[in-house]
Amino acid sequence: MQGNCVIGEAAIRAGCRFYAGYPITPQNELTEYMAEHLRKTDGGVFIQSESEIAAINMIAGASAAGARSMTSSSSPGISLKQEGISSMAACELPGVIVNMMRGGPGLGNIRPSQGDYFQATRGGGHGDYRTIVLAPATGQELADLTMDAFDLADKYRTPVMILADGMMGQMMEPVVFRKPKPRQYPECYVLKGAGNGKSKFIRGLILDAIEMEEHNWKLARKYNLISQKETRCEIHEAKDAEMVIVAYGTAARVAKGAIRRLRSMGLKVGLFRPISLWPFPTRELRELSEHIKHFIVFEMSTGQMLDDVRLALQGFANIDFFGRPGGVVPTPAELSNVVSRRYPQKDAYVDRFLRFKVVEGPFGP
Amino acid sequence: MKKIFGRPRSLKPTPTHYCPGCGHSIVHRLVAEVIDEMDMRGTSIGVPPAGCAVLAYFYFDIDMIEAPHGRGPALATGVKRVLPNHLVFSYQGDGDLAAIGTAESFHAANRGENITIIFINNAVYGMTGGQMAPTTILGQKTTTSPPGRTPLLDGYPVQMSEILAQLRGAAYIERCTVNSPPAVMKTKRAIRKAFQYQMDKRGFSMVEVLSPCPTNWKMSAVDACKWIDEVMTKEFPLGVLKDIGAKEAGKEKKS
Ligand SMILES: Cc1ncc(C[n+]2csc(CCOP(=O)(O)OP(=O)(O)O)c2C)c(N)n1
Ligand code: SF4
Repeated sequence: MQGNCVIGEAAIRAGCRFYAGYPITPQNELTEYMAEHLRKTDGGVFIQSESEIAAINMIAGASAAGARSMTSSSSPGISLKQEGISSMAACELPGVIVNMMRGGPGLGNIRPSQGDYFQATRGGGHGDYRTIVLAPATGQELADLTMDAFDLADKYRTPVMILADGMMGQMMEPVVFRKPKPRQYPECYVLKGAGNGKSKFIRGLILDAIEMEEHNWKLARKYNLISQKETRCEIHEAKDAEMVIVAYGTAARVAKGAIRRLRSMGLKVGLFRPISLWPFPTRELRELSEHIKHFIVFEMSTGQMLDDVRLALQGFANIDFFGRPGGVVPTPAELSNVVSRRYPQKDAYVDRFLRFKVVEGPFGP
Repeated sequence: MKKIFGRPRSLKPTPTHYCPGCGHSIVHRLVAEVIDEMDMRGTSIGVPPAGCAVLAYFYFDIDMIEAPHGRGPALATGVKRVLPNHLVFSYQGDGDLAAIGTAESFHAANRGENITIIFINNAVYGMTGGQMAPTTILGQKTTTSPPGRTPLLDGYPVQMSEILAQLRGAAYIERCTVNSPPAVMKTKRAIRKAFQYQMDKRGFSMVEVLSPCPTNWKMSAVDACKWIDEVMTKEFPLGVLKDIGAKEAGKEKKS
């Protein structure tokens, strides 16, 4: 099944009953999937909105009214959604936002890229808030993390972002959809009309500074709890590794291919793959640095996750970086070349050119 | 003793922050009265804007959810589609509806979204201190049109009711005012009709209210009411701009 459709199907199975979106490549298949399949479900609503701004506000309304809700877009559209994401974080409304990243800044291009890491993991919109960000790297994870995203959004009453890229959205892989957990969302947070009782309201505007400060601290405590409980990562081939590549999403797939090549050359390279980008798995990475001292961050950007790796490892290990922004997806061969050149040397007399064949990359060996 | 006048159940017993002579408080009361009369307090959801009415959830005793500036119709759309049998309305100023939120209001109307917009047209940005609004009258002095609004530099007043009335999704649109007791009663009837159309699932409805803002017009409350009659209604004529019910009734008569 195609990546974009996997997300759509997983969302529907997870009980998503409201989707609003605006066309943008490379995620149109997801919008189209929802148009076709969500409307067939009991109570399912699909709206092609007039803009990404409208879409995010529609899901905010639907979420307040008690529906599991989702919107999706790609980089420029996600920029437009930031006002609404900030507002949902302030109002503590659950919702799932999918970003199939493309090259930027500006209109950029429609090639797979990872340039929105900062925007996603630092909140993205204005104000003191964070968004949970999950980065799938396989078709199976697209399904699983989409279901998890709805659960996390409900659990913490906060918007959750699935951060992938055009490559993940387009690729075809077999997936098994697990049985979703039953929804647990307290009724007291849902707007249903006051009935015969007290009315309630949902707002982000708090004019009194002291009251606003308390709200900020309340959110901060929630974000701290999320940081403690919800970090996720995959550690691959790291037991005997001399060097570890840190990469997420599509870049991590490329890295796995590179690691196979590097290992066949006798170089002991492993992978650390953050799955939750916020909260970043700092603790897990720090633990790894107890026995591994060389890390290379690999991103399809000029270096954004690099900051989080530095925060985790600065002073504990050497941190190197390789990036290809702008929609370029390097091959495992290219990455393995880069890594092999920067692989730590123990013995001054070893000439590695004699030990393995250097693979040609697009810029020569 | 028979009670003949009281506070509507759908309004909380709190004083509002609105200036003396402001139209917002009158319209709040009218909306609340209509909700009471339709017996819909328990199944109404209001969407207040960014604007002077931003604190409306402190005044209405019904469920409410705040919208970012201009996004009321999108938010109300989300609510309404999940709760199709509820009364859902967004309450918006002219900056909110006709500038930053033009796309949201236009497309909600065009989709025939079964919601009602209560549109307060006071020809200025009230909350931010009286800047020029899309509805500011030609020649009107505001803090951002100090010599008076000039078409060459500032464009023309936007007539949103006329524009939205052209859309096929719009079922009922009327422009009223609240500058005299008869006008207030008429506005109430318009709100009632709009809400009724919504409950009958006939499509999008909007009631535009020409509303005095004595503070930013720098007039007395009485002069503000006069100014609506003498100036504002010339640019924004009162009346029903769209009523698919009347059209249907007319057709019935003919056939
Ligand atoms: C995105 C954004 N831009 C600007 C503002 C500031 N702002 C708040 S209310 C308002 C205008 C209100 O004018 P109007 O909609 O005419 O309502 P009124 O206050 O006159 O009732 C503005 C510009 C905001 N809250 N959000
Ligand atoms: S500034 Fe104008 S619109 Fe706002 S409360 Fe005062 S009179 Fe009303």
